[in-house]
Amino acid sequence: MKKIAKTKLQELWQRLSAEGALHLPVRSDRVVEFVRWQEDVSADLDALNAFLPPKKYFYPQTETVLKYQFEDTLQLTDVSSLAGEKTILFGVRPCDAAAFSLMDKVYLGEPVDEAYRRRRESTVVIALGCLEPEETCFCLAFDIDPGKAPGADLLAADTGTELVFIAQSSKGEELLAKLNGVLQEATSGDENKVKDAQERAREKYVTRVSVHGLAEKLDTFFDSVYWDRLYRRCIACGTCTYLCPTCHCFDLQEYAAGRSGERIRCWDACMFPDFTQMAGGHNPRPTQKERVRQRFMHKLNYFPRQHGGEYACVGCGRCVRQCPVHLDILEVIREMGGAVDGR
Amino acid sequence: MAVNPLLPQVAVVTDVRRETPDVKTFRVEAADGGELFAYRPGQCAMVSLFPVGEALFSITSSPTRIGFLEFSIKETGMLTRALHEIEPGTEIGVRGPYGNGFPVEFLRGKDLLFIGGGIALAPLRSLINYCLDNRDDYGRVDIIYGARSSRDLVQREELFVNWPRLRDTAVHLTVDVRSDDWEGNVGFVPAFLEQLNPVPEGKATITCGPPVMIKFVLQSLAKMGYQPENVITTLEMKMKCGIGKCGRCNIGDKYVCRSGPVFTLAELQKLPNEY
Repeated sequence: MKKIAKTKLQELWQRLSAEGALHLPVRSDRVVEFVRWQEDVSADLDALNAFLPPKKYFYPQTETVLKYQFEDTLQLTDVSSLAGEKTILFGVRPCDAAAFSLMDKVYLGEPVDEAYRRRRESTVVIALGCLEPEETCFCLAFDIDPGKAPGADLLAADTGTELVFIAQSSKGEELLAKLNGVLQEATSGDENKVKDAQERAREKYVTRVSVHGLAEKLDTFFDSVYWDRLYRRCIACGTCTYLCPTCHCFDLQEYAAGRSGERIRCWDACMFPDFTQMAGGHNPRPTQKERVRQRFMHKLNYFPRQHGGEYACVGCGRCVRQCPVHLDILEVIREMGGAVDGR
Repeated sequence: MAVNPLLPQVAVVTDVRRETPDVKTFRVEAADGGELFAYRPGQCAMVSLFPVGEALFSITSSPTRIGFLEFSIKETGMLTRALHEIEPGTEIGVRGPYGNGFPVEFLRGKDLLFIGGGIALAPLRSLINYCLDNRDDYGRVDIIYGARSSRDLVQREELFVNWPRLRDTAVHLTVDVRSDDWEGNVGFVPAFLEQLNPVPEGKATITCGPPVMIKFVLQSLAKMGYQPENVITTLEMKMKCGIGKCGRCNIGDKYVCRSGPVFTLAELQKLPNEY
């Protein structure tokens, strides 16, 4: 366990950026985004969620999956082996860190997505514990502790005037060892401060829902008239899917330039009519009702059924805050009988 | 060294056969002369035509015929329209095989009733030729096949010559619309099926066709006493990856590209009705 005074963070960023491309949450123009650190940029340690989730570091919004070229013969070039710049991701909130392990189930599941694997392995994730969850936070429902992030390589805890670092993987330990000159040894007093901060974060929680048994309940909910009511508000903008740290659906498109070109993978959304539209005219999800149902059922029933009971939601609250028509997953969870067990 | 699962192999189209006014069959071989990949009847592959795009097609050839893959493709959208323009010698991309394929072990020893409509003979043909190439492993083979008109029947040489001459094998053809050159049955496939009325005992049935045909064929089979475990069909959904990641071909918690495209009626009855 190591620590640093928050007044010395520029020194830390300097050192970290020598170990790899350092990316951290930065506020500009009222929006907090993960961006690459440069001299004189300071991290926003207070904002809870960056506008876009950090999934973009492993699963970019657009990426080239192959290049093709017609010479004498057709040449296909795999560019996945180029992915994986050494990267340090600082300030990932516990919900987003938990989302990485859900994304792993898709992209590290067989057959492994090579570009994703390379990016994942070449990145050190430094999580930052939350001090005071927002009203739209509900990570606790998914057993994510706002002050902890067991899946991250390092956990940073804000104890007021200092940041305390706890290594949680060998990658984390290695990085910590390299920061000896910048960081100080933490004491048992610091350890207690971290525990206090974690405890307080849990206590300050306002939105309490339970998803216990929800996947099972939804097994028989597909034909419910609830969906007939719910979908009418949806304007199919897709915001919920683009901001979701666990949404993983993609499209593949060609970008041609003469005799050569690229195949691009880009984020796609089950909210769009042409997502399932087939060339012959048939669409198995013909109206927004089926698309809205797909999104919630995928998060709360299909994904758990496919992946050992884990929900494809981490309670980050981005969709709750940003949906222009307040089509709220919390409302859905409550309606399905997820108990409200708090204040 | 791991490879990118979305990267196709380069393949060469070595033959293009016109089947009907809007269906062509493409024979595809590895560009380097080797095998593209091993597969089972009913499996699919992603076919890329650069720079137009990529889509999933069922492999219509049988794995018992070595050295090539065949795809029967109907001109429907942007990619298939471009595919219909290519000549032998064109280089394309192929990756696969994807999907579960037909349960050839389960079918072993049974009489087989194939029911197909239109372009959907394509996946059935792979299994039909597989069974006929392993003739002793399977019982009687009956093939009921229909198309809009006589000129829309695909794989005519097999339908009229190769299959009927084999022992314990019969082909029953029907068309929706009468024409001067057609002396066979006129009527929709489900009605023709009920008219032929093959007994369910000892039989498994494999059906593939347009959704409306499948719907009524399944009703007819139920009426005739076929058990859902012995009724096999295939589904199709839009797919981008073929490997369970792009997220668009699921029916409930099953991705058609991984758990399908072949399902028994018993399995389908457990899935939400969203296909």
